[in-house]
Amino acid sequence: MASPALLLLALFVAVPFVAAIWFSLHNVRLGDPRAPSFMGITQYVRILTDPDVSRQFIDALLHNLIFAAVVVPVQTALALSLALLVKKSIPGVGIFRSLYFLPVVFPIALVAIIWRLILARGDQGLLNSALSFFSGGAFGSQDWLGSELTALASVIVLSIWQGCGFQMVILLAALQQVPAELYEAAELDRASAWQRFVHVTVPGIKPTLVFVALYTMILSLRVFDQIYVLAKSGGGLNEGATRTVMYEAVTAAFDENNIGRASAISVVFFVIVVILSVIQRRATSEKES
Amino acid sequence: MTQTQAQTPTRVATKPRKISRRTLASRVPHYVALLVTGVLFLAPVAYMIAASLAPASDTLAGFAVFDVTQWGFHNYSGVASSLSTDSTGHLWRFFAVSFTVTVAVVGLGLIVNSMAAYALSRLTWRGRGQALFVILLLLIVPFEAVAVPMFYLYNDARNTLWIQIVPFIGNALSIFIFYSFFNGIPRSIDEAARMDGANPWGIFWRIIAPMSKPAYASVAILTFLTQWGSFLWPVLMISDPNLRPLPLQISVFAGQLPPAWGQVMAFGVLLVLPVIVVFLIFQRWFIEGVASSAVKG
Repeated sequence: MASPALLLLALFVAVPFVAAIWFSLHNVRLGDPRAPSFMGITQYVRILTDPDVSRQFIDALLHNLIFAAVVVPVQTALALSLALLVKKSIPGVGIFRSLYFLPVVFPIALVAIIWRLILARGDQGLLNSALSFFSGGAFGSQDWLGSELTALASVIVLSIWQGCGFQMVILLAALQQVPAELYEAAELDRASAWQRFVHVTVPGIKPTLVFVALYTMILSLRVFDQIYVLAKSGGGLNEGATRTVMYEAVTAAFDENNIGRASAISVVFFVIVVILSVIQRRATSEKES
Repeated sequence: MTQTQAQTPTRVATKPRKISRRTLASRVPHYVALLVTGVLFLAPVAYMIAASLAPASDTLAGFAVFDVTQWGFHNYSGVASSLSTDSTGHLWRFFAVSFTVTVAVVGLGLIVNSMAAYALSRLTWRGRGQALFVILLLLIVPFEAVAVPMFYLYNDARNTLWIQIVPFIGNALSIFIFYSFFNGIPRSIDEAARMDGANPWGIFWRIIAPMSKPAYASVAILTFLTQWGSFLWPVLMISDPNLRPLPLQISVFAGQLPPAWGQVMAFGVLLVLPVIVVFLIFQRWFIEGVASSAVKG
């Protein structure tokens, strides 16, 4: 009964994964009449030290890390605020729960295109128009996606908008499992709202909070769709300021037909994901035991 | 592992049930916060809808998109006529492709993965322990890590429908969600059925599967969301406009010169509408499905 699933997983996860390691040690190109030649760890050395390639790769890695460093705390905090906001069952709260969750059902490719128009440069975009309106014309001609300073920040904003509802729902479920008696006891002790939050809410949902933060971190490493859409589909995104590790892997494979290097990037990417997953497992199981 | 749906016990608490003027007044700041946040969350969606209805000249002209007097459905008829040849691809075909791929991946995935989880949870067979171990390992391999080698290995299958479906049927996370859920069902139920002469297949299809609707719903929803928005794999594998799924097509459409932004936004509305309808119908399942993915994961 398990064989269909195991066969599929072998063909489409395990075999490609082993192949990635093998490809990364060889010179592999699509449609190359020569057999792939062994080149050892040259690809790895190259992406990490050869200035022609490594600058882009290190940049990409750095963008992923900045992305994670901003998105993990901001999105988790925002998701928690939203969850607290919709936790109390007051009339109409269901509508708001759905409203905040709504962007989650939007494919990120579409989200990128909507925001590309909102963030359009000059007086074209909605954001610039709004800024210029409220500042009396002082601000409002920013090229959000094109400028090196704001390109990554713009991608971060649209990603948080799309992803936040997902984390909100997970945190909401955790909040609802914090025993009400704890809050009542805290109220009897005249704890302020802030004290109740710090001493009851946060400890009560800590395992989930850790899970959400690390899960978001792994998602941050996987970022690809929105960068690709904005950079390649007339979005005017500053590619140099936003390229990510997955974007590097895909362009190496697709535009340069360098499967070996693309595989080496994939393997490095995977190693980072594994390290974070192990930290995640450890952090969550510590909390449970 | 198997928390049943958490009920909020807060309602039973001390406060009187009838809503006094004071409680209403105390709720005003709360509602204001809900509304302000709601407006911020809805703004990009409102912009998309407005831009899909506004004339092309207003799409990139600041607030002009919200000029209701100019609204009409010309972008919708425009997108239908722009995407109506074999070289651009047909509007209906993008939907047909996305719909076929999503339904096939979700449907076949539910069957195949729940069967595997049942075998892992209940049956004794050689290699079960190893299989479970491998699945737990595969759980941390994100699709992104294998996308490039798959692009090379399955290059002969480029521009086919099946290559968009088959690789995503078997799913370690789905197996894991089913496995945890099945483990929470008391074994005495299987025993009783076995006494009555049911074989493992019978126990699975007639007893375990019907009892596991919440797990099926969670997996269906998570798979549906990922699959409907799937982008990386189609970018690598699909160049034939007649086999493009919706998210890939909207990026191609947006990249055309000169871009017809009003039509792109109309396409966006059409793309997301089916998901929103499904979401509104199965709202409760969506929210519980996502929440339980975390509890289990």
